[in-house]
Amino acid sequence: MTNEIRVPELALVVLIGASGSGKSTLAKRLFRQTEIISSDVCRGLVSDDENDQSATGDAFELVHFLARKRLTRGLLTVIDATNVRAEDRKPLVQIARECYCLPVAIVVDTPEHLCHERNAARADRAFGPHVVRAQRRAMRTGIGKLGLEGFRRVITLDTPEACEQAVLVRERLWTNRAEETGPFDIIGDVHGCYDELAELLRELGWTLRQRPDAPEGDVELEPPPTAATRKLVFLGDLVDRGPKVTSVLRLAMNAVASGVALCVPGNHEAKLLRALHGKNVEVAHGLAASLSQLAAESSAFRARVVAFLDSLVSHYVLDGGRLVVAHAGMKESMQGRGSGAVRTFALYGETTGENDEFGLPVRYNWAADYRGRAAVIYGHTPVPTPEWLNNTLCIDTGCVFGGRLTALRWPERTTIAIAARAPYAEPRRPIAPPETSTARTLQQEHDDVLDHEDVSGKRQINTRLHHSITIRAENAAAALEVMSRFATDPRWLVYLPPTMSPCETSEEPGFLEHPRGAFEYFRANGVTRVICEEKHMGSRAVVVACRDESVVTRRFGHPAATLGTIYTRTGRPFFGDDETTNELLRRIVAAATRAGLWEELSTDWLSLDCELMPWSAKAQSLIRDQYATVGAAATSSLAATVRSLEAARFRGADVESLLRDCTERLDLAERYVASYRRYCWDVGSIADLRLAPFHLLASEGAVHADRTHEWHMNTLARLEGDEDPVLIATPWRAVDLADPASEKDATDWWSDHVGRGGEGMVVKPMEFVVRGARGPVQPAVKVRGPEYLRIIYGPEYTLPAHLDRLRKRSLAAKRSLALREFSLGIEALERFVRREPLRRVHECVFGVLALESEPIDPRL
Amino acid sequence: MLLEITTTHEPAEDLGYLLHKHPGRVQTFPLAFGRAHVYYPECTASRCTAALLVDVDPISLMRGDRNARTLDQYVNDRPYVASSMLSVAIAQVFGTALGGTCKTRPEIAARDIPLIARLSVVPCGGGESLIRRLFEPLGYRVAATPIPLDSTFPQWGESGLFAVSLESTTRLSTLLTHLYVLVPVLDNEKHYWVGDDEVRKLLDHGEGWLASHPERDLIATRYLKYRRSLANEAIRRLREQDGESSEALDAETAEDASEARVERVRNLHEERHATIVSLLEANEATSVVDLGCGEGRLLRELLKRRQFSRIVGLDVSHRALAIAEDRLGLDRLPPTARARIELLHGSLLYRDRRIEDLDAAVLCEVIEHLDAERLATMERVVFEFSRPRLVLVSTPNREYNVMWESLSAGEFRHADHRFEWTREEFRAWADRICRTHAYTCEFTHIGLPAVSPEGHDVGAPTQLGVFRRDQ
Repeated sequence: MTNEIRVPELALVVLIGASGSGKSTLAKRLFRQTEIISSDVCRGLVSDDENDQSATGDAFELVHFLARKRLTRGLLTVIDATNVRAEDRKPLVQIARECYCLPVAIVVDTPEHLCHERNAARADRAFGPHVVRAQRRAMRTGIGKLGLEGFRRVITLDTPEACEQAVLVRERLWTNRAEETGPFDIIGDVHGCYDELAELLRELGWTLRQRPDAPEGDVELEPPPTAATRKLVFLGDLVDRGPKVTSVLRLAMNAVASGVALCVPGNHEAKLLRALHGKNVEVAHGLAASLSQLAAESSAFRARVVAFLDSLVSHYVLDGGRLVVAHAGMKESMQGRGSGAVRTFALYGETTGENDEFGLPVRYNWAADYRGRAAVIYGHTPVPTPEWLNNTLCIDTGCVFGGRLTALRWPERTTIAIAARAPYAEPRRPIAPPETSTARTLQQEHDDVLDHEDVSGKRQINTRLHHSITIRAENAAAALEVMSRFATDPRWLVYLPPTMSPCETSEEPGFLEHPRGAFEYFRANGVTRVICEEKHMGSRAVVVACRDESVVTRRFGHPAATLGTIYTRTGRPFFGDDETTNELLRRIVAAATRAGLWEELSTDWLSLDCELMPWSAKAQSLIRDQYATVGAAATSSLAATVRSLEAARFRGADVESLLRDCTERLDLAERYVASYRRYCWDVGSIADLRLAPFHLLASEGAVHADRTHEWHMNTLARLEGDEDPVLIATPWRAVDLADPASEKDATDWWSDHVGRGGEGMVVKPMEFVVRGARGPVQPAVKVRGPEYLRIIYGPEYTLPAHLDRLRKRSLAAKRSLALREFSLGIEALERFVRREPLRRVHECVFGVLALESEPIDPRL
Repeated sequence: MLLEITTTHEPAEDLGYLLHKHPGRVQTFPLAFGRAHVYYPECTASRCTAALLVDVDPISLMRGDRNARTLDQYVNDRPYVASSMLSVAIAQVFGTALGGTCKTRPEIAARDIPLIARLSVVPCGGGESLIRRLFEPLGYRVAATPIPLDSTFPQWGESGLFAVSLESTTRLSTLLTHLYVLVPVLDNEKHYWVGDDEVRKLLDHGEGWLASHPERDLIATRYLKYRRSLANEAIRRLREQDGESSEALDAETAEDASEARVERVRNLHEERHATIVSLLEANEATSVVDLGCGEGRLLRELLKRRQFSRIVGLDVSHRALAIAEDRLGLDRLPPTARARIELLHGSLLYRDRRIEDLDAAVLCEVIEHLDAERLATMERVVFEFSRPRLVLVSTPNREYNVMWESLSAGEFRHADHRFEWTREEFRAWADRICRTHAYTCEFTHIGLPAVSPEGHDVGAPTQLGVFRRDQ
């Protein structure tokens, strides 16, 4: 005969029994090895001797530590120790409570003589029978009060046979309904507003079939014909205050009983239940309405109500863990768990211990700190309109106070609301009026200040394109400094551009980079069409342009009176003065308006990836301190040397070859100077600037990573126009990699361009995102011209002796970095477009900056 | 890089003997970083010039340095300018001349002869005046011609590079020695690692002239490339040679150099800290966070006082914290002292829960390093979330800037200052904070208030707001 031991899937199982009672044997048979924490093993770990009683204190610290870690992580844990005294068990019950788990006791009450026999058979248990006797005596005194100690379930195995026949049954927690995938219609606090509820359900597509001659609310509910599996979820507070409490109860009880609805309890249900159980409760906050309406019902109905209310589970985890429903909310550490604390939180939330001016307890804003992955839908606190905050949503819109009754459709995440037919009660605390001063969302207001914990330390960021990307702690630290000291307001930073790798190193004489390398790379990765875009020599600029100033506040949550922002590849404001930024933005917005982009993309903002010329507009100090200084030093030094050598030759010294070398080097130095000069011009006004956008990154509702580069080029070319010389289109060529003529045409185009001193070109797969057979493919590689490379590799890099050595460069690290940064950049945009909390967007751009601090040859 | 040495001593061909290099030949010598060539552009009985051409291989300079992170580590002026590499070349190619020995013409080697040294390109951030300050006390006539940065863009200004000619009647070995020591000092970069050996080299080559040189300390510091312990050791030994005491030297450091240069009086820094410490004491704060603690000077003052049982330093610069940890000797503190102090890497622009339960927060010369548009975030982090009962904020008083001659109008005291406020601007900001976050602010100052030459009250150099949380 088997003996079922039923244990919740997440519990702290405390074995109780004397030495030799067979606890360890039982535990090993019933539980996984990793689930068992044995005090003997811990004693051994801290003292090298499992029987060293002097190590008991340290051993139990370790037992408790491990138990806490496992339970916090949601793992069932078994404590294998004698646990015969109440004081031994007390800390364990406490740990279970802290971790919101149920403590379960399994008492192994093996007859004393059997314990003696077993101990005697073991060499390491050389203690007298008095020990077991004392243990059993201690156990016996406490065993009857285990319930009072806090154990929610006590299982006693009082014979060796009971132990041997015990079979473990793991019970699913009541709160775990992850397999229910809905879809769901989640209904906020009803408070006896039956008419509004019925209307809302019909609005949601449900059919209500009132049973003839039955009281109101005794309905049969049928889901919308288009979604037969749809279920209702009541968020509690069905009762009190309103006019038709019993009708609402009837409907809800029927719906739950017939399996078309789930219901979690509210604080009003809890109090009503206490009242119905005959407890002495204060009849206030609308309880009288429920009691008087129930008084008119039959006692059978009241009994049914009591049974129903008794059966309600604190909260539910639904839809594969993506959705949590609870009356007053549910913080992450409590989700899916069952304990008194969890139930209290579900019913009342948490309070700070202070009272507000209305004498009501101040609620701890758990949603502001919420970081969980599951969306939490809750009610309890009436709000004027439901607003998402950190993936949580309160849908109690105060129907009974004359507000509305709101439902959330899941997974659609849309709300439907029905206005109250009348105010049925007066709120004790006025429902916060809608914010009229600002158009910002609750989330945006909350996002004004980001949290250090959300960016610091080693992090894993999950991206759609590249799975998980690791940010190392030291890189995050570097990013924190750059972000804090130099970057613009995080609300603007919806994207940072990735680094870009050069093409494979060329072996062509005189070239370090050549188009062939790029074409071969993409061909080898299965790409058939690429685009060659002229590489402008300026500075990277990311533009966020809004159609008007209200969009800045509404969409970006930024208070500034401006049309957007322009920032550099590291997130710094591009211009030192707001006036230049604003004027340039006005021109971009005007161009977008002329091109009809707002309507075409159904958006009122755009994010553009651009190059801004001249180079000297941003890099002035770099050009002066770095390039011009090297140029001046090289040309004057070599000119002096050539003069000196010429004098030596004149007097007949054999300096011919030295002179030839130095003359050639002087020529190279002059070409170096000519190279950087080409990218410098004075900027007297905005009209001297040139902005070449090449990616239309995102607009409302869309990240345009699913469009081809041809689309990006053609769409952005429409911003160019006679009206404004500042915005320019980027010349490009499409190349069919199966067609040598097409490839030659693009190569000639490149040669011509760099021959005239151009920087080079960028080669990209025609599709924005390409995953090849061997993993993700570079989103772009650059092919820089030989003269441009002179300012990167030094004036004399083309000397054969130098070039040969420079060819030994490795691109692997740069390419890996480019892919990771690209994925993070796109992820940031996607999260922004989905209106996720700013910290989720910021995490990605912060990640790009962090990766940029990795040491990579800056010449690549 | 080219060095030409000319003599008009007659017979001028003797230069070849002195240098141990035959005027009729072109010779090449291998160096660790390239090659050196010696040839003679002119050689007559009345005038002879020897040229030392140092040919630096730019790619070899980077070899072995896997941590190179910035482009200027790869492409730079090193191959073209007079630097420590020239000194190395002088020592290797003209070693005997540098040592003053000449077997064939010992009497000329020991004699003062007319000499001109021409350096094609000398980098000298200190400008022409520094070149003069270094060489004129040694008896040289100095001509320094500035090299323009780029003739196409004259508005870019000068390059900080000079063509330099030094003329003197002296021994050749003396000239070479001065070049050997002072070229790297002008350049202020060192291409090879500075070790203890360098102190000996400097002292050897400086014998007889460096101890009494008016720029002695600067020469030692720069030659030893700001490695303070080495520099201090050298300066101490030099002072001793000159009969000076070597006390009171260790305190001098390069921290906050630019600000300190402007604010001259180093005491201002200490005065700020003294004021802040006494305010913290008077207000009975026991736990204090120094926001933007930098290299930890204020923390050191706080550590000395038992009243402060919990001291937290927070800074956004990892490097600054590493220096602070070192200077405070955290790993050597006894456990009870160590338990009182904690250094945190963090930012004022992110809410930080690690600093939310302290009595007091100090922002000493910190807010002006934040962009004005981001101040609002810092305000909430400090006054709304951290919310200590006492916040001390010090910041420069811009009105006082007219009192500093080295500051031109409108210029800030430090390159990283994003703004500097007048007293009125500071008050307006503080008043808004008090209204928004329920604090009361009392204003005070640090340093002596002054009256400008025009007769305006310009206040004290530093203004301080003492914010107390309303109960």
